[in-house]
Amino acid sequence: MIRMLAVLLSLLSSALVAAPVVAQQEPVKIGLIQPLSGPVAASGNYIRMGAEIARDWINARGGVLGRQVQLLVEDNKSDPKEAATAAEKLIVRDKVPVIVGAWGSSMTLAAMPKLEEYGVPMVVETSSASTITRRGNPWIFRISPPSEMEALGLEKYLKDFGIKQADFLAVNTDWGRGAAAAFGDVLKKSGSSVGATEFMDQAATDMNAQITKIKSGSGDTLFLTTSVEQITLVLKQAQEQRLARKVITTGGSSAPSQLIKQAGPAADGTYHILFFLPWFPEAMPDAKLAKAFVEEWNKRGYPFDGLTEGFRGHDGVLTAVEGVRLAGKADPKAVQQALWKVDVMGLNGPIKFEKDGPAGKESGQSKPSIFIVQIKDGKIALPGFVAKK
Amino acid sequence: MDQLLQHLLNGVLLGATYSLLGIGLTLIFGLMNVVNFAHGEFYTLGAYAVFAALYGTGLSFFAAIPLAIAVGALAGATCERVLLRPLRGESIDTVMLVMIGVWIAMQNAELIGWGGVAKSVPAPFSTAPLVLGPVSVSPLRVFVFAVSILVILAAHLLLAHTRLGRAMRATFQDRETAALMGVRIERIHTITFAFGAGLAAAAGALLGPVFLLYPSMGDLASLKAFSVVILGGLGNFAGAALGGLVLGVAEELGAGYVSSGYRDAVGFAIIVTVLLLRPSGLFARAERVG
Repeated sequence: MIRMLAVLLSLLSSALVAAPVVAQQEPVKIGLIQPLSGPVAASGNYIRMGAEIARDWINARGGVLGRQVQLLVEDNKSDPKEAATAAEKLIVRDKVPVIVGAWGSSMTLAAMPKLEEYGVPMVVETSSASTITRRGNPWIFRISPPSEMEALGLEKYLKDFGIKQADFLAVNTDWGRGAAAAFGDVLKKSGSSVGATEFMDQAATDMNAQITKIKSGSGDTLFLTTSVEQITLVLKQAQEQRLARKVITTGGSSAPSQLIKQAGPAADGTYHILFFLPWFPEAMPDAKLAKAFVEEWNKRGYPFDGLTEGFRGHDGVLTAVEGVRLAGKADPKAVQQALWKVDVMGLNGPIKFEKDGPAGKESGQSKPSIFIVQIKDGKIALPGFVAKK
Repeated sequence: MDQLLQHLLNGVLLGATYSLLGIGLTLIFGLMNVVNFAHGEFYTLGAYAVFAALYGTGLSFFAAIPLAIAVGALAGATCERVLLRPLRGESIDTVMLVMIGVWIAMQNAELIGWGGVAKSVPAPFSTAPLVLGPVSVSPLRVFVFAVSILVILAAHLLLAHTRLGRAMRATFQDRETAALMGVRIERIHTITFAFGAGLAAAAGALLGPVFLLYPSMGDLASLKAFSVVILGGLGNFAGAALGGLVLGVAEELGAGYVSSGYRDAVGFAIIVTVLLLRPSGLFARAERVG
């Protein structure tokens, strides 16, 4: 009798203990690699903020596979070497089934061999060098547009811009060189000519030599591809040298609100290619989602200027978690297979992967939306020709 | 021709900023034999001090510059008194490692304190450029150039023609003899380091409004300062001043006429050449042997 009671008791107690265990199942870990320190630290931190909003929203809806989502953030210090180390750490130590990262093209390219070595997929949220999806790395799923796609997106507006000859000033990285080549190709194809193509070191602060050289040519438009800090400096120095050019920035990292504050009148009249317009959430593909995101961002007291980067963090985590949901388990190989079936609505627009790169080893590439704004009298405006279309 | 003139003007303006960065380091590195990796951090400190003075206390830009120099000199003196004095007599490598530590600690403190988003300092000058025939230049850069030259001259006079300057030079030439002559060498060490740090802070204060403020801005400044010091010869004041100009003009012409992708490579090619042909610096006087 006593023995039976003991068995009953132990059964009861184990049931009692087991119940909370089910609810507190291990969280699903999502790795995030961003530049949290170094010259582009601001962008990386904005993306972390956006990623945290996505995580909190997903967890508030009950998480994924009945488990909470945990975000593990690693700093790549704006340095390609560190990006590879960060990927290895997340994979080996934390055993994450999927990573989101790693901001800059050079950083993403450096992390890619690690993904292949260990077989873990990565959702690429910012990088735009076309080589990333062309290397034959089947673990890459990119939601940001490669420069070619961005350039093609601009094609329909080329007539409105009326470009006869364009010059390029780009950061001397995979991203900058890729963008200058891609936009140059599209321009040449549509009958415009390409003048000077100049580069600047990522950390350079004095771009007067490049500006003087560009000024001596006869272009009418300057394409600028770099971080917002360097864009600010180039615009200020171009004003000092009276460089009369229509300026178009590419890559979506130009943070126009920050430019208005820091470059002042030097930024007036410039055009910016962006992938999210927090000033006009109603013009976004999913207006309701965009509004909610901007409201949540403001509620958390994050700087408004960061939204044009922050949305990438949201969309990246959304995609990664959807991959885990479709896989039905937090296993890297299963998530890789499932990412091909992802079809979700992000802040930028629909996210759905198509094959890119050498046959048999294709990477996934989504087709993001592209938007253009202009800084006009110290305010962000939709250019007239965009509003019409 | 117009293009060449503009390039030369750009180069001289840029070079003057390199000179200003270089003279502070040539004191600390050349004279004291401390490989000061934190030089760029004192530069950053000067820039942020101006920013804080403008927004915190409402001082004018011109009043904020001396304040920033004082902050930099004070930080330098503290660093020397607390970290370097106990290491007197240790090998140059030990001191170098400590300075790397100071560099990392200061840069990360700046990141925590100011955040990673770049800040800009407004300067009380018109943004409309001054146009001189075919070339143009912003009034702010003319001001920075003029003040840089004044600071370099003042520092030179102090070092070459005052009792303090003589005591500094004596201390680092031969500490024992200097001590026997009544020079308070411990104090001279602190003053010299503070002086160099103050010059770096002056560069930061002046260049803050020209460029942008962010925690890692000092890295590039350090790199250029070391280049200038090597180019001009260790501890050679006039050499650092001229070396800065040479580096600025060379980079500018290299970017303008060779390739902007190799801009920094041009600067370093010159340094390598100088080290090969004149290892004691471009402007070193013939050394007395024995």
